[in-house]
Amino acid sequence: MAVRWVKDISAFALIVALTFLGLLAITFFIGRVVPIDPVLAVVGDRATQAQYEAARIAMGLDRSLPVQFVDYVLNVLQGELGRSVSTNRLVTTDLLRVFPATLEMATLGILIGVLLGVPMGVLAAVHQGRAVDQLIRLFALLGYAVPAFWLGLVGLAVFYAGLGWAAGPGRIDVFLDGLVDPVTGLLLVDSLLAGDTEVFASALHHLALPALILGFFSLAYIARMTRSFMLDQLAQEYVITARVKGVAEWRVIWQHAFRPIRVPLITVIGLSYAGLLEGSVMIETVFSWPGIGNYLTVALLNADMNAVLGATLVIGAVFILINRVSDLLYRVLDPRSRT
Amino acid sequence: MRKTGMRKTGMRKTGTSTASKPAGWRAWRAWLLDDSPGSRGQADAGRAYRLTAALLRNPLAVVGALIVLGLVLTAAFAPWIAPASPIGQDLSNRLMPPSSAHWMGTDELGRNIFSRVVHGARITLTIVALVAVISAPLGLIIGAVSGYFGSWVDRVLMGLTDMFLSLPKLILALAFVAALGPGIENAIIAIAITAWPPYARIARAETLTFRQAEFISAMRLLGATHTRIIIRHVLPLCTSSLIVRATLDMAGIILTAAGLGFLGLGAQPPLPEWGAMISRGRAFILDQWWVATMPGIAIIVVSLGFCLLGDGLRDVLDPKHDDA
Repeated sequence: MAVRWVKDISAFALIVALTFLGLLAITFFIGRVVPIDPVLAVVGDRATQAQYEAARIAMGLDRSLPVQFVDYVLNVLQGELGRSVSTNRLVTTDLLRVFPATLEMATLGILIGVLLGVPMGVLAAVHQGRAVDQLIRLFALLGYAVPAFWLGLVGLAVFYAGLGWAAGPGRIDVFLDGLVDPVTGLLLVDSLLAGDTEVFASALHHLALPALILGFFSLAYIARMTRSFMLDQLAQEYVITARVKGVAEWRVIWQHAFRPIRVPLITVIGLSYAGLLEGSVMIETVFSWPGIGNYLTVALLNADMNAVLGATLVIGAVFILINRVSDLLYRVLDPRSRT
Repeated sequence: MRKTGMRKTGMRKTGTSTASKPAGWRAWRAWLLDDSPGSRGQADAGRAYRLTAALLRNPLAVVGALIVLGLVLTAAFAPWIAPASPIGQDLSNRLMPPSSAHWMGTDELGRNIFSRVVHGARITLTIVALVAVISAPLGLIIGAVSGYFGSWVDRVLMGLTDMFLSLPKLILALAFVAALGPGIENAIIAIAITAWPPYARIARAETLTFRQAEFISAMRLLGATHTRIIIRHVLPLCTSSLIVRATLDMAGIILTAAGLGFLGLGAQPPLPEWGAMISRGRAFILDQWWVATMPGIAIIVVSLGFCLLGDGLRDVLDPKHDDA
């Protein structure tokens, strides 16, 4: 048993390390190889020959690509991502500042997705083929067809401008900004720690609409997968046996059929959470949410490659980690996957 | 070949008219459903007939097929369908609400939004088709080679595929476009680079199921090269699951392309790309809602069409699927 654990963990660490290395290779490739001239991007096209050469050597571009890559990996491992051209701060500092905002939104989004998506999927599976099922399926399918940025815009137009229910763009009302000390960077947590209910209410008000929209996309995925898992279980003979024995229907559904799908659902939820961190790029742009997605798009428009690659790396790393951890959990929790 | 084509069209004509069946219909049907077809043509026609019939029994799949057909027709006949030029400006009629003259209203330069949406169908179809044409064969070849040769080739190629699969697609596409520079061609390249891994996985899984089959050994004994076996015998057998997956992926590709357009990294103005149109409409969303809303509805309808068609195709071609 213990040996198996060690094997699992070391295999996990190896895969994560290799995937990280791959991610680094890709961002390195994008940063150094794809642009026609990375030096020109830094010094501009008006630089003299001497300035150009100096920048080239300072950037280490006179050395061979493998040496540059090793350098790059070592730098990243030390948390050194270069300086952002547009904010003129270290990219690492910037990212640490913006990441909690994204985390807060994605976490609330996944909570909404799980709390609504799982029951909807179960409901659809239990009533397979009936109107409820068709409705839920169509609703879930919309999550694959609606552009997130469009839904954000329409949501703002309807619920902010039209009905006045939602707060406008941004993370908090301007006059409340900076009133609580950033301990975790998560405004909801920080305001509670400081005991400031006004800040908490404002933050929640601003968070509600973007988190709901983000949650809709994870809901769509989770409901679809839950339905499919449940259908598999409900067709099994043990379910029929339970029904024949006269077990109450809710017990058949939740205590018999739902139990075995909890483990695969964890993987689905993990994937969906990682997807939300990525999907928040579009939502944040629409809602001017000061998170990593917004940081990335602003950097993209300013051709600020250090910031773009830094943000790509961080989102990619978190994505890989969540992906692999949910995979590991699946292996640990599901006895059938042990070979 | 020509014979098959004729029979297929004949089949479709009779297949759709249920009211008055021609006398020969029964014979046709028996010929199509023959369990031991006498020729490759008959087998193909019979398979096509069964698939079409199964697809037609699923109303949602029919809706999806009609939407996709509508997209193709709209793209093909855009200049004849659109009442006005997609780029012709008319500043005296700017930001007009939807009316009988302008079905979807006009934008900030007085351009007819309906005309732009119609012409946008061409751009969307081009992006989707090109991404599929680049990424599906790429994934197919990687997966088939990996599954066919096995051992270290398999381990290296699948390791690479798994690595790409566990990276965030949209973010990578964004970074690629940032490095390549904005534009529709670069957007297509960036999306294609991130879209191939699922196809590789599918092709590998399919290849593994018949790698040890006797017909492959027979081909080897006949002296066929690996290249020939992969291209002539392995790849064709992978296509049906690949088509299902590609159809299901279309919606995602459309959304990513529109997202790139929205961020100003995809199609550039004055091209009537739907995502870029939404981005222009963003400034007017509170007062002139139609500018951003209309192209969004076009995206939703088309994406939904591909999803429904893909779901239907999967039920028909690949009944024992898992939902991933």
